Amino acid sequence: MRRRDLLSPGFIYYALLTLFLYAPILLLILFSFNDGRSLTFPLKGFTLKWYEELLGARELLDALGNSLVLGLASSVVATALGTLAAIGIARFNFPGRSAFLAVAAMPMVIPYVVLGVALLILFKTINPDAPLSLWTVGVGHVVINIPYAMLIVASRLAGFEANLEEAAMDLGLTYWGTLMRVTLPISAPAILSAFLSSFTTSFDEFAVSFFLIGTESTLPIYLYSQLRFPSRLPLVVTLAALVMIGSVLIVVFAEWLRRVGQPAARKGDL
Amino acid sequence: MEHRGRIAVLMTPPVLWLVLLFLLPMAIMALFSFRAGTFGAERDIFTLEHYREFFQNAGFQRLLWQSAVTALLTSAFSILLAYPIAYFLAFRARSMQLTLLTILIVPAWTSYLLRILAWKLILGSNGLLNSFLLSAGLIEEAAPILLYSRAAVVVTLVYVWIPFVTLPIFSALQRIDRSLLEAAADLGCAPWEVFLRVTLPLSLPGVVAGFFFVFIPTLGEWVTPSFVGGVEGTMYGNLIQDQFVRALNWPLGSLMSLVMLILVIVQIFIFSRVVRLSDLAGV
Repeated sequence: MRRRDLLSPGFIYYALLTLFLYAPILLLILFSFNDGRSLTFPLKGFTLKWYEELLGARELLDALGNSLVLGLASSVVATALGTLAAIGIARFNFPGRSAFLAVAAMPMVIPYVVLGVALLILFKTINPDAPLSLWTVGVGHVVINIPYAMLIVASRLAGFEANLEEAAMDLGLTYWGTLMRVTLPISAPAILSAFLSSFTTSFDEFAVSFFLIGTESTLPIYLYSQLRFPSRLPLVVTLAALVMIGSVLIVVFAEWLRRVGQPAARKGDL
Repeated sequence: MEHRGRIAVLMTPPVLWLVLLFLLPMAIMALFSFRAGTFGAERDIFTLEHYREFFQNAGFQRLLWQSAVTALLTSAFSILLAYPIAYFLAFRARSMQLTLLTILIVPAWTSYLLRILAWKLILGSNGLLNSFLLSAGLIEEAAPILLYSRAAVVVTLVYVWIPFVTLPIFSALQRIDRSLLEAAADLGCAPWEVFLRVTLPLSLPGVVAGFFFVFIPTLGEWVTPSFVGGVEGTMYGNLIQDQFVRALNWPLGSLMSLVMLILVIVQIFIFSRVVRLSDLAGV
């Protein structure tokens, strides 16, 4: 783009809209450093005390720990199941393949409230006294993340001809040996990218967790419960700022991974 | 034949998970809508009572209708705001295209819940927008601007969806053969005629995709309205949530949820038809 383009109506509109998209996030970060209990202008001065208070907030740290464990565990399962399905649909044609694709894509479009209540009913039908827990939330998160993991890995596999695998088998590897030593290594960047995408989704997930959580708390559930207390708002904002920054870093890393080794990336693009 | 074993090993775990923990719960939910009550003996009686209640209660239907209107407004505003961005990126941004697109998309990947939270804080009567306007001398006294209204729900959701709508429109515009635009200009079309008669029709598949991307999930929203919507902004999703959390009428809630599920499936069916048709029309 030349300098003249920066003053074009198109670019000015782009810049304004982008500012609109970033403004709420930047405001959260700005107010996490504000030395005042209320979230109002004018700013009161710079402080790090909210960050210090965060470190002492026991329940909050518990919720953070729960979210990390939940995110890791549910993403490992979702990524493993999604990868198996991706290899199946990318490398084989079988009866029921398109029916499977239709069902596997559904969690992406079903409203989360429907998924949440359906799983709640399932768990209570199996055992009315069964306590809800992080386990039940995890089941929901795996269902949500299978389609995304599957699509990310399948699109990576579609970029490579199956003849690499055929060559390995011609050279004497068994099918499963080929899977371990060719197919999975080829897919590795996409598998990691699918894992990170599942993790960020799980870490942020509220609509399904709300129905399936018991007495424990995840970070979004904890944040929601704190909204009723105005005096807790600065802490909520500070935590929000930290999570925002963390998730941007993870997303940029995941996107970078997805592009690394992508065949025929044009140099001028980035 | 050896393929069959491989397919079985690869596909059995994901198929089992989706059947037992996705399809089965939906089926149990559908059955639950026939139960008389949530707990105890009532639970084992089957009845059509909730169906009667649902279809006779005008309040439920009104809320469903209002949610559809909210979803429609959200989709329309998202498309209107996103289209010029997509057009700019596809036709004007040149070498900066991918960078500018990435910058636009990054906020969409940050926490959805926290961005809604940010809007609640911005719109509130002790909130950022008010105090900013007050200290700038633009208003005299604090009042909740927008908060706890349907407008607040629409504004917040439009904010959330803009990047998601930009993508399909952008890729539809990218696919347009540039020589068609030159041909139209050579044949005497003014720039706005080229846009209205060539570019816009050819980008419609992307617009339709963007519309459904927003409309379907917005129809089932319950988190955003419970943050910023107040009583006026309540949506059908909140009604479902309420049956499970407060009213504890699970059978009725299951029925409402089932209605939502069927509506979504119908929309996806329509979507798959419309987009394929317009793709054909575009060739």
